[in-house]
Amino acid sequence: MGHPTPQAGLRRTLLSTATSVALVSAGVIGFGQAAHAEDTFKVGLVTFLSGGASGPFGVPAAQAAETVIRAINAGELPAPYDTAGVNGLQLESVVIDEAGGPTKQVEEYRNLVQRQNVNAVIGYISSGDCLAVGPVAEEMKTFTIAFDCGTPRLFDEVDNPTYLFRTGLDAVADNVGAAHYLNDAKSDAKRLAGIQQNYAWGQDSWLDFTLSMEQLMPDVEIVDNQTPQIFQGSYGTEISALQTSRPDIIHSSMWGGDMEAFVAQANVRGLLDQATAILTTGESGLHRFKDQAPNGTILGGRGPFGGFMPENELSEWFSKAYEEEHGTPPSYPASKMAQALLGLKYAADNSGAEGVPTSEQLAEALKGASFESVSGTVDMGLAGGHQALQPMLYGEYHYSDETGPELRNVRSYKGACVSPPDGQNAQEWIKAGFPGADCN
Amino acid sequence: MGLQKSEIMLVAAALAIGLLSFVIPDWLAFTTTLAIASALVVLGVVMLMRAGLVSFGQGLYYCIGGYAVGMGGRFLGVTDALLLIGMGVVVTVALAMVLGLLLTRYREIFFAMLTLAFSMILYGILVKSHNLGSTDGFGVGDWTLLWFDPEGGKGSRTVLWLATGVGLAVALFLNRYFGSSMGLACEAIRENEVRVEYMGMSRRQILYINYVIAAAIGSVGGSLTSLAAGHVDPTMAYWTISGEFVFIALLGGTGHVAASFIAAMIFIMVRTYAVELFPNSWQMILGIVLLMIILFLPKGIWSLFTRKRRVAS
Repeated sequence: MGHPTPQAGLRRTLLSTATSVALVSAGVIGFGQAAHAEDTFKVGLVTFLSGGASGPFGVPAAQAAETVIRAINAGELPAPYDTAGVNGLQLESVVIDEAGGPTKQVEEYRNLVQRQNVNAVIGYISSGDCLAVGPVAEEMKTFTIAFDCGTPRLFDEVDNPTYLFRTGLDAVADNVGAAHYLNDAKSDAKRLAGIQQNYAWGQDSWLDFTLSMEQLMPDVEIVDNQTPQIFQGSYGTEISALQTSRPDIIHSSMWGGDMEAFVAQANVRGLLDQATAILTTGESGLHRFKDQAPNGTILGGRGPFGGFMPENELSEWFSKAYEEEHGTPPSYPASKMAQALLGLKYAADNSGAEGVPTSEQLAEALKGASFESVSGTVDMGLAGGHQALQPMLYGEYHYSDETGPELRNVRSYKGACVSPPDGQNAQEWIKAGFPGADCN
Repeated sequence: MGLQKSEIMLVAAALAIGLLSFVIPDWLAFTTTLAIASALVVLGVVMLMRAGLVSFGQGLYYCIGGYAVGMGGRFLGVTDALLLIGMGVVVTVALAMVLGLLLTRYREIFFAMLTLAFSMILYGILVKSHNLGSTDGFGVGDWTLLWFDPEGGKGSRTVLWLATGVGLAVALFLNRYFGSSMGLACEAIRENEVRVEYMGMSRRQILYINYVIAAAIGSVGGSLTSLAAGHVDPTMAYWTISGEFVFIALLGGTGHVAASFIAAMIFIMVRTYAVELFPNSWQMILGIVLLMIILFLPKGIWSLFTRKRRVAS
């Protein structure tokens, strides 16, 4: 490092002092920000805008939020959401990037509530972020909807929640549903293998899935499970290992780019000619696979989302509006974001509040409620009325140049079939043979 | 032994934070707490830098401190914050004493890579630990401070006071340490190791002690972070977090203990406003701001203060 001459040093000092002062004062802006206007409802949206989860999940969700919020404010949604705004208030959104890990998300959550004065928060794709933010939401008494994260531990860590909701299913339902689908559609399967990303999501998914298979298809032999690193991208070794163990079913909970990369590589290597893949989050690739995934590959959409949305006015409107604006049909993360926003609108419209509803009024309105959504009627029937109970769907991917991508042989399993009753540990419930499950 | 001028300044700054904590909004109190906690880890990095070593694995001890708080509360039922921090320090010192034997043999890139490797080993173990929530981590239970029971503790004023108190103690200690024969010997090692040996001092012993103290301070920073945030996860040991500490250390410079605190606060404030104002390009804003500081202040933010003094005299 050089030693500046006195004159240059002075000039530099002045320049750098000015920069630093500017920085510090920028930090102090917003210190005493005035409370937001009374005729808007401000919602914080937290989703991945950078990093590996942004492309497949975060950005589609943010785009869906944009579309739905604009329609809510204009009053363009079909019934029962055809009134403008939420409880008559224009919806204003603040978007925050979810990247950076749980500690940073706790910090940003506090900033949203206390600095930006949001009335509610919708967000969180990563399970770690959900687990970290959940207790803070309760502490800060702010109405919060987790729209996508799949950890079954959420309402164990936040027992007896008041302000925290989840308008989707947890990962247990994905894997119990997958086992049911195989039992119904692939009853001749003999050898099962898996490939999962080596982190909590992959480990939990494989555990729940294998436990369910032991109950439903005890004759199937589990021959292999590969656990590549997350975002590894290249799966040559794993594919070779899987080929030597000659499975006829391959279960994978991999998501996003990893899932698509695996499918493309396994297809080229011929692995997917030997075996049928069942991809629990495969729906996010429905409109991207083209001919890279073989026909008959089994896809799940983490519930009745994306390509699995039932036909109703809301889903038709949403598919059309989303495709017009963003050029591709909505995938499951987009539908889940739309569902969370509709949940918020339902809660606000039914809060009975004059003006801006409080978090208590919103929570009271959504707790245990049934609201219409793009995925049909959502029943907030789990975790004491704080989590959605919804059916789980799986179907086969078929593609041809004429028809484009299609889902065939779609089977739906009721919420009460794939989710444990309230208060039961999921793994114990599966091991006990799904007591109380209603699968008819 | 009278107080040095910079010590009086440190005490005054701590008192000012204590008083300001009654008027500043909650989010700023929380942000300040996190800044103080990461400044402690950064001080550990600075200690090593003064001896000419760059550690890309200080996240190892940051993570151990965090997990000690989480696991102590969850599995051993310990709720006292100071006891939890102490447990983290004990585990850290034990591990650092073993790793230090190996690491003090290496310099430059080899030291950096080895420290990084050890912290990634911990990351790998935690990711494989299903009972500890794997990558999702787990929540930290409610804690108490001596006889005082802050309701829920997390994010309250109490944790800021705790962080300020602990931070002040560490800062005062390090201020003396940097001026002690031990601290000065570290700088001498950076300049010329062989000469230090000729002067009759063991460079390995000095580096070893320096490394262990740096680790212990890093662990305290991790404990404070987890007490405040209420959640621990393996990301704490990931190399990007360690890199962040090195970055803040460069930002502040090695001139003074206070530099790390100022740099950590600036870093965290720039980041939080960048995230708020530019949700799609906040990393770029952060990068540009930090680049500018490095271009204009190659010796860190602290050189602002020392240069002024030089110009005045």
